[in-house]
Amino acid sequence: MEALLFERDTILAAFWMTVRLTAISALGSLALGTVLTAMRVAPLASLRGAASAYVSVARNTPLTLVLLFTGLGIGANLGVELSDDIATNNFWLAVIGLTAYTSAFVCEALRSGLNTVPVGQAEAARSLGLGFVKTLRLITLPQAFRAVVAPLGSILIALTKNTTIALVVGVSEASVRMREMIETYGDQVIEIFLGFAAGFVLLCLPMGLLFGWLSKRMAVAR
Amino acid sequence: MTQADLIALDQVNKRYGELRVLRDVNLTVRRGEVVVIIGPSGAGKSTLCRAINRLETIDSGTITVDGTPLPAEGKALARLRAEVGMVFQSFNLFAHKTVLDNVVLGQVHVLKKPKDAAVRKARELLDRVGIGSQAAKFPAQLSGGQQQRVAIARALAMEPKVILFDEPTSALDPEMVNEVLEVMTSLARDGMTMVVVTHEMGFARRAADRVVFMADGEIVEQDTPGGFFGAPSSVRAQSFLAKILTH
Repeated sequence: MEALLFERDTILAAFWMTVRLTAISALGSLALGTVLTAMRVAPLASLRGAASAYVSVARNTPLTLVLLFTGLGIGANLGVELSDDIATNNFWLAVIGLTAYTSAFVCEALRSGLNTVPVGQAEAARSLGLGFVKTLRLITLPQAFRAVVAPLGSILIALTKNTTIALVVGVSEASVRMREMIETYGDQVIEIFLGFAAGFVLLCLPMGLLFGWLSKRMAVAR
Repeated sequence: MTQADLIALDQVNKRYGELRVLRDVNLTVRRGEVVVIIGPSGAGKSTLCRAINRLETIDSGTITVDGTPLPAEGKALARLRAEVGMVFQSFNLFAHKTVLDNVVLGQVHVLKKPKDAAVRKARELLDRVGIGSQAAKFPAQLSGGQQQRVAIARALAMEPKVILFDEPTSALDPEMVNEVLEVMTSLARDGMTMVVVTHEMGFARRAADRVVFMADGEIVEQDTPGGFFGAPSSVRAQSFLAKILTH
């Protein structure tokens, strides 16, 4: 127990990294996932094909491989530098990997949300003279989002836990700190483990509650 | 096609596999005219109505609106749809928008009107259809008759050249049919060009300039309401009217 108290600040700093990774990847995934969803229902077959190929690959590849690819492939091999500072560079590589992976799940959730919107909504929008993009942006996607708030919450919780895999690109988030501490305080393994597990539960539990509440509040009455 | 014709369908055909839903349909609608399309279900009435703003594609023939052939897709089609109002059987109000926003949305995003002018016009139209006091509610909070009147206001807000009504009262409880028909009748009186698919024979008699009778994808006959209901010339129209008017 002393270890957890003694290392309070470093643990909080590590969890802060987890929170930042989660928040930025979540925003990125939401944006990319929305674009992918729009592409999957686009009138152009090439756009539909590209988006569905992307989702198939990203969704069926283990996240560890995706992150190793962004770290070793994009970072080391292709030599893409996102920052002079190595820690910052690794952070953004992890964000890219997590976003690339998670956006595929966001896309699938949103697409199932689109299927809950009655076809008459799009017909009414088109009959007013709204084009494809505006119909999506103003009418069908907003309703699709409201229909899938709860599944999006599950994806966010999964993302939060998935950030622990960012250790493969050298980001010092919570799970890395936990391993370091286990090495330093070998006599308190169970306490350290329980402490970090509690940290993740504390992060994720409110998300679940918040999204459950939001999904009821935002539901579209028909 | 003459100057007075707003809509012209020429030899329009459509099939679903083996089923021919529209067969060589020729129809013109003059500016200011109210054309009511009636006929048994499966006759192709709704398909014909939806083809006029290309919610249904056609296999052959031409459809012209105000001198312009229907564009196949893209911006030109969107522009044409903005000029052709549509009122659906199932209302199709935007479920996540308030009543007011439903009527404002097209004006702002399609006609590019300033928001305050659009809101003013929307309130005016909602008052006109008798829903002014419900502007802040969501569609699901209104009765079917009220929703359909909002849908009419939404179509009117675009200042369309013509409004298509696809069975506007078929999904309504009987006691709400009249409030919608009254709004439609007053529109007809004000000179709006209307194409109305309906089973409401009373409305056809009262408000139509011309009744078009369809069966099996064809226009079988068309006449003034007096002529059609008084002395239908085809056997199919006679038998249709005998079935619906004898009880």
